[in-house]
Amino acid sequence: MKTLKEMTVGSIAVLSGIGGERAFRRRLMEMGLLPGTSVRLMRRVEIGGLVELRVRGCSVSLRFREAERLHFAADSHE
Amino acid sequence: MKLLQPTATPPRVTLCGNPNTGKTSIFNRLTGRNQKVGNYPGVTVEKVEAQIELDAQHPAVICDVPGTCSLSARSAEEQLAILAIAGIPPLEPPDLTVVVVDATQLARNLYLVLQLIETGGAAIVALNMVDLLKREGLEIDVAGMERELGIPVVPLCGLTGDGIDDLRQRMIDVLEAPDTGRATCRWSPGGTAEREDIDAIAAALPEEWLRKSPARKSALAVWSLLSISEDDELEYVSPELRRLVAERHADAERQGRDIDREIIAARYGWIDSHLDGFVRRGSPPRKTFTERIDAVLLHPWIGFALFLLIMGVVFQALFSWSVPAIELVETAVGKIVLGTRWLLPDGMLEEFLVGGVVAGVGSVVVFLPQILLLFFFIGLMEDTGYMQRVAFLMDRLMRAMGLHGRAFVPMLSGFACAVPAVLATRTMERRRDRFLTIMVVPLMTCSARLPVYTLVIGALFPPSRVFGILPVQGLLMLAMYAFSTAMALLVAAVLGRTLLRGPSVPLILEMPPYRRPHLRDVLRMMWQRSSLFLREAGGIILVCTILLWGLLSFPKHPTLDTDYEALRGGARQELTAEALDTRLERIDAEEEGAIFRHSYGARMGRLIEPLLEPLGFDWKIGVGIIGAFAAREVFISTMGVVYGVGADSDEASVTLREQIRDETHEDGRPVYTPLVGLSLMVFFAFACQCMSTLAVVRRETRSWKWPVFLFTYMTALAWVMSFAVYQGGKLLGFG
Repeated sequence: MKTLKEMTVGSIAVLSGIGGERAFRRRLMEMGLLPGTSVRLMRRVEIGGLVELRVRGCSVSLRFREAERLHFAADSHE
Repeated sequence: MKLLQPTATPPRVTLCGNPNTGKTSIFNRLTGRNQKVGNYPGVTVEKVEAQIELDAQHPAVICDVPGTCSLSARSAEEQLAILAIAGIPPLEPPDLTVVVVDATQLARNLYLVLQLIETGGAAIVALNMVDLLKREGLEIDVAGMERELGIPVVPLCGLTGDGIDDLRQRMIDVLEAPDTGRATCRWSPGGTAEREDIDAIAAALPEEWLRKSPARKSALAVWSLLSISEDDELEYVSPELRRLVAERHADAERQGRDIDREIIAARYGWIDSHLDGFVRRGSPPRKTFTERIDAVLLHPWIGFALFLLIMGVVFQALFSWSVPAIELVETAVGKIVLGTRWLLPDGMLEEFLVGGVVAGVGSVVVFLPQILLLFFFIGLMEDTGYMQRVAFLMDRLMRAMGLHGRAFVPMLSGFACAVPAVLATRTMERRRDRFLTIMVVPLMTCSARLPVYTLVIGALFPPSRVFGILPVQGLLMLAMYAFSTAMALLVAAVLGRTLLRGPSVPLILEMPPYRRPHLRDVLRMMWQRSSLFLREAGGIILVCTILLWGLLSFPKHPTLDTDYEALRGGARQELTAEALDTRLERIDAEEEGAIFRHSYGARMGRLIEPLLEPLGFDWKIGVGIIGAFAAREVFISTMGVVYGVGADSDEASVTLREQIRDETHEDGRPVYTPLVGLSLMVFFAFACQCMSTLAVVRRETRSWKWPVFLFTYMTALAWVMSFAVYQGGKLLGFG
């Protein structure tokens, strides 16, 4: 298990689960962030405090803290 | 004999789609000019409707639903989508739903399409932006897509209008044979446990939700399972249904199941296994157009510098480019005043029309240039996709104050005028974020405060320099700006942790691909927002202006008229030509001052004098403050009247400045000291002296509670801060 903090910008990992509140998990899942989905870390911007992810051809941005609730399979990488 | 045909109501079509799919463009293409803008019942969400003709024989009413990725909802605003599409009371069911889909982002967009099919209503997919497919290395087999989805798919391009005629024809076809737009649910719940959950909820759905369609029953049961939670803000959900859903979720959890995930995964499972059947992926470009632009616009420091530059342009536009248009409005109002005076005999009706009605209408219309300009920029930013990047760049900074990243644009606009800024808060989806921004935007130093500061600084502070270089007057002005901004952020931080404390909702920001903006759509939005303002806030502003006029002109003193007429007569006998004109003008101004000193307004000024004394103000300033409630800059003309130098005085008026310097209390002390001036400016920085702001806040919050709160807290804050400045200054030996 690893989180976005351990990923380098530009790399891809396979999502294994999402933690946090139900509404948060549900919205992310409805945007296609389901366990088993490949996610690419596009950028990390310190000024805004956000990360941008790419999943199923679409971009989603999350705050650093909340992005840590996404868990990825440890052996997935590219 | 003529046959009387029953006038059938035209069929209803709703238009839905994910955000940023060009839905508005297609709506505008379909409708042309005759749109009606209003609000959905119960929420401040724009409802745009239009009566259209699909062809000569087929009229229809088309209604735009706010963009959404899913029909599931947490808030009343999000719930609107399911109400409008499934036609749950108080909304009417549509005869057809057109779902706009971004062809380049099919995987995610199809999620909404699947939900739509589930509800069992007739639907058409408008496959938008097919012109961009090649650039992305994609190819879509439309016939194959229709086969898989079971409903019509019309490829088109909203920007150029290609394919719109096909869409109209297909809409007619499906309206005439609704079953061709219906398909059975594409996915099926995986296990028996899920099926049981759905059936149990379906049995408990309220009667008015169902329209005798089994498909719909199961779709609304799925919707309830996904949407209802302990902390939702949904409406029309019975406690019974709420309890049942909670029970099902708790049971599932005990069995190690996650109902949300099972349902969502089943829908995406269908999409994943069928997408390759009709989408062919060639070699995608190494870096997409959007990725290349974002490399610059979201660059850690270049992106930030460009952002500041863009915001600088917006601010400059509101602050100075709007000036010629505002002056044009003011000149026009002046002309109308002259015309009215010329047309009507002197008297009450003339005064009422000029001082109340014309002034009132003028004070509404004068906001239009800034509103139009601001919404021009907001429209461009939203259409291109830049607005999401603003939130991306500003989130951390704004969040520290409890504000949403998108609050940056309204806050900045507040430096020009709070009225368009309050309207601009609509770009935030969450009620709490909007309200918090609305509550602090009026604290920003708007351009109406400038004339007051200019007058006070010009009259009471010497044009000297600190250390021989820094001008005192300019520094003071700058200090007022910095002070108001700091206070607005501080108040936001306090309100956001107390009165408007909301659960801190995680930010989930979609970053749409950059798109070329469509000027026609931007212009249409500018017009829609402005007409909403005119209709809904204009009335209140007009009424307030008339009330204030009454307050400052009544009651009439019985002998005043004849006294001043006698003075004029005397002057006419003694003087001629220019000397007479000057004298007559002087008498007019004095009469104005006299009428005013007898008015209810003056009485109120005297009444509140004990309250104002600790701030260093006398009753005349009190009257100015009452007059300034119409708008802050009215303070200057009111003071002109109070001091008998004429209502047409402006902030640069030398006589008004002299009058202010010479004004003394009964015991001979000067009324205005630099300390009083400072106290007065601080008062104006905080006090909510702007009925237009209150009117527009009332309109955006849909209640009187919030404008009353805004007025109360700002005025209280103004009093306390002025008190601190004046009394503190006196203790330190100033003034």
